Amino acid sequence: MPSITKPLATHPTAQRNQLGLTIRDYEGSMSTLCAGCGHDSITAAIVRALWEQSTPPHRIAKLSGIGCSSKTPTYFVNGAHGFNSAHGRMPAIAAGAIAANCDLTYIGVSGDGDSLSIGLGQLSHAIRRNLKMVYVIENNGVYGLTKGQFSASADLGSKSKRGEANRMAPIDPVRLGLSLGATFVARSFSGDKEQLVPILRAALSHRGFALIDVISPCVTFNDHNGSTKSYLHTRRYSRQLVESDFVPHADEIVADITSAGTTAVKMHDGSTVMFRSVPADYDPTDRAKVSAYLDQHQKDGQILTGLLYIDGESPDVHEMNRTSATPLRELDYSKLCPGSAALDALQEDYR
Amino acid sequence: MGPRAGPLWRGTLKTNDVSHPDYFHKVVDCQWACPAHTNVPEYIRLIAQGRYADAYMKNRESNVFPAVLGRTCDRPCEPACRRGRIEEQPVAICRLKRVAADLKGDISDMLPKAPEQNNGKRVALVGAGPASLTVANDLRPLGYEVTIFEKQSKPGGLMRTNIPSFRLPESVLDEEVANIINMGIDIRYDSPVTSFKSLLAEGYDAVFVGSGAPRGKDLDIPGRHDSDRIHIGIDWLESVAFNHIDSIGSRVLIIGVGNTAMDCCRTSRRLGGTEIKVMARRPRGYFKASPWELDDAEEEGIDIVINHAPKRFVVENGVLKGMEFDRLEWDAEARKSKTVETVFIAADDVILAIGQENAFPWIERDLGIEFDQWEVPIVDETTFESTRKSVFFGGDAAFGPKNIIWAVAQGHEAAISIHNHCQGVPATDRPPQGMNLISQKMGISEWSYHNDYNPAHRQKMKHVDLEERFRQLNVEVEVGFNLEQTAREAQRCLNCDIETVFVPKKCIECDACIDICPVQCLTITRDSEEAELRTRLSAPATNLDQALYASEALPQTKRVMVKDEDVCVHCGLCAERCPTAAWDMQKFNLLIQYAGTSCTT
Ligand SMILES: Cc1cc2nc3c(=O)[nH]c(=O)nc-3n(C[C@H](O)[C@H](O)[C@H](O)COP(=O)(O)OP(=O)(O)OC[C@H]3O[C@@H](n4cnc5c(N)ncnc54)[C@H](O)[C@@H]3O)c2cc1C
Ligand SMILES: Cc1ncc(C[n+]2csc(CCOP(=O)(O)OP(=O)(O)O)c2C)c(N)n1
Ligand code: SF4
Ligand code: SF4
Ligand code: SF4
Ligand SMILES: [Mg+2]
Repeated sequence: MPSITKPLATHPTAQRNQLGLTIRDYEGSMSTLCAGCGHDSITAAIVRALWEQSTPPHRIAKLSGIGCSSKTPTYFVNGAHGFNSAHGRMPAIAAGAIAANCDLTYIGVSGDGDSLSIGLGQLSHAIRRNLKMVYVIENNGVYGLTKGQFSASADLGSKSKRGEANRMAPIDPVRLGLSLGATFVARSFSGDKEQLVPILRAALSHRGFALIDVISPCVTFNDHNGSTKSYLHTRRYSRQLVESDFVPHADEIVADITSAGTTAVKMHDGSTVMFRSVPADYDPTDRAKVSAYLDQHQKDGQILTGLLYIDGESPDVHEMNRTSATPLRELDYSKLCPGSAALDALQEDYR
Repeated sequence: MGPRAGPLWRGTLKTNDVSHPDYFHKVVDCQWACPAHTNVPEYIRLIAQGRYADAYMKNRESNVFPAVLGRTCDRPCEPACRRGRIEEQPVAICRLKRVAADLKGDISDMLPKAPEQNNGKRVALVGAGPASLTVANDLRPLGYEVTIFEKQSKPGGLMRTNIPSFRLPESVLDEEVANIINMGIDIRYDSPVTSFKSLLAEGYDAVFVGSGAPRGKDLDIPGRHDSDRIHIGIDWLESVAFNHIDSIGSRVLIIGVGNTAMDCCRTSRRLGGTEIKVMARRPRGYFKASPWELDDAEEEGIDIVINHAPKRFVVENGVLKGMEFDRLEWDAEARKSKTVETVFIAADDVILAIGQENAFPWIERDLGIEFDQWEVPIVDETTFESTRKSVFFGGDAAFGPKNIIWAVAQGHEAAISIHNHCQGVPATDRPPQGMNLISQKMGISEWSYHNDYNPAHRQKMKHVDLEERFRQLNVEVEVGFNLEQTAREAQRCLNCDIETVFVPKKCIECDACIDICPVQCLTITRDSEEAELRTRLSAPATNLDQALYASEALPQTKRVMVKDEDVCVHCGLCAERCPTAAWDMQKFNLLIQYAGTSCTT
């Protein structure tokens, strides 16, 4: 029995979401990743977040590049649309899809190699454009699919499986995002769904580009002693900086918003992100302060996690470009293609 | 292969010491529920592989009469079956047993045999029902000289005299009984024991009383003794079985709605009854008969009349006219009733099927065998020894009427006691059960069992059509599963004996097992006491009959791995997706002790 199947059973008390679907309705095909890969846990978190959000499966578009991480869209929401692009080129595909159909929920899944090595330029512009999508970087510090070479996120001094240390400075996607004007920046850990699922739900409600860097150990090539992206190292050094709760509807908020250490950020769709136990000098809506805080506290090797920065006010790609509020496929042919007379008139303008 | 040394893992919860065979045994719900602890999943897999003879022998080890039980068992295993907790209907375990028996072929080489040399000990058994026959089956291969005294002219007890031949063909019973008797049992037919004192005087090393509960309860209401058309159910069935009765009036009333009533009404249907009513005092849902027996009776056009309490027999000039009943109205729980009216129902014959009791007029009361206030012997529940050393009771004779599989289970236990007694070991020295746990991993993504199950619904048993079955009394109604049904039904089994076994120190808390489990059995969480822990799991663990498997602290975070056994489908995906083999799928094999098997643990 070379490939083992997953029985169709559901727990007899399995709950249903607003669409009447169980969580199993959001599953995809069986994973072919190595057993124990962090990526599979992130997949499970995405499944849960989408189910909890009651996002209709057929209104989801899954996008990815190349890598073990980029294979994972196959493993969630079988009923969704999907596009598996060339290595590092997912943001370009996403930009096109989002421009054509503003109505879908876009989930991009990428790796540290896919986004920070070959695809860094693509990622940068996706951030700048504030594409309305969730962008998950499954960060394991290596090129898992090609057998464990260091990626651009490998920490200085982190050791490969053979024992050699990385000598190049890492690119930190969180700081990259902050410096490029990202409007939603978070970091989490595949082994902490209690934190990751609410972050994913907030990201799904965010109007704009939601960048989530998820440390996701590669059990096969980067889970040894000396690795800074192993399960053990991440558990030892990660510190939850801010605790964030996702509250689907504003009226459900019970906490006292004014109390010290609590901040509420309203999302465009009426939901709220509640920040609790935020350090005194930390404001998740102040880009400069967040950057400064990270500069100060990340020096000692700590991995700070949580929904670190959020800006719900900046215009997203559609507002910036004043695109049609109607998906292109729903426009009349005559509107979509106004004819050669209209083209002539337009060109006349440029003479 | 011997069991592994020491506990593989020890739970923090008091309830789940996994080093004790009971923990994993309980996960195999069917085997746990079976009084004889038949290894159900193992024999179902053997059936799926077409190894019918092996499947039959696996059954026979513990239940001795697979072909009989495959047709008649009360099936305590089925309501327990895990499949019934993830889908409506349990696996048709009993029907599969019959398949193994029907297709087994020649098994004579595999049967136990008497040794060349007897061991010099003589044992007498009273009655040749399933309890005594089990004792004989266990003791004869050890060299005991076994003598059975049987009142009737044929062996089998109620299996022969009361279970009608349209449910259990005589040839099926004959074969399985012969497999025991042919080991060289000295069986004396037409030999009722009329004085236990004289039997004891014959100097047997031990005596086993398996005489059943032979007395049908009577109903002493006016008119009872005014007609000879009022019958006691079990006596009437016995007369039918021995061809002393071959007809009945067209209008028949059966009083009572237990298993005996079902056999009486269906037998009446075949002997000329056309208007047959089973009269129940209480509403549906409170009947003793099994639901499938009620279905079968109703399929044959039997009327089941509820809420009628017998008041008197109406006999005119010595001729039975019918009966008067109080029609009752019950409260919601059917505890209190009030009479609404009195009704008359006409009948040519009435059969009383309101229960049986033990009766030992042939046991003198000065033999040191104590009886309680209801004239039931005082018997030890573990050793089945009476208050007189060397005298043992089992089956219906010990604790009142039950069923065949209980009689067998008690027979095995009594045989251990008798063996102990004859070898000078106290009967209370019970050899402990052991277990084997053997990994089923064969290689990467390769397991020795089929991890997925057939989503098909329970297969329906086909019945011989009504006309054909009424042609003759002994036309077997159930035709048995065909091969396609057998394959489908066997694949419905969840392989509960392929158990999840956890080694905490290997776990790196990657969550892979938690994420993959299709029924959310698994949780890694902080430890606490069980009741609180049950509320914090991936899915609520509300079935308190089912154990939690909780580990000691995990290496990285000191949290614990918790598994709710309730709806685990034994798919093995946790083990399959675990990078460190912290979870493994291991086949649990309960090492049941029988008389003479030495303990291997
Ligand atoms: C109508 C009916 C239907 C049933 N259907 C089922 C069923 O479908 N499935 C099921 O599991 N169970 C069924 N049962 C119950 C089952 O038959 C009994 O529980 C079981 O047979 C008990 O076995 P036993 O060995 O204890 O006694 P029995 O089977 O009662 O055997 C006792 C034997 O001892 C003999 N005997 C009694 N006294 C003496 C004496 N003084 N000297 C010599 N011999 C003596 C009797 O003749 C008899 O042969 C049914 C019972 C009845 C009444
Ligand atoms: C254009 C191109 N260059 C190189 C490769 C080889 N390649 C495949 S996956 C990969 C790296 C993937 O790393 P990452 O995105 O971190 O994914 P992971 O496997 O670690 O999840 C590379 C370099 C390729 N497929 N295409
Ligand atoms: S190689 Fe690494 S990243 Fe790829 S599936 Fe295996 S563990 Fe996951
Ligand atoms: S075998 Fe493992 S994965 Fe499968 S249902 Fe049981 S606990 Fe879950
Ligand atoms: S898959 Fe294995 S290592 Fe991972 S959490 Fe489960 S038991 Fe632990
Ligand atoms: Mg990578």
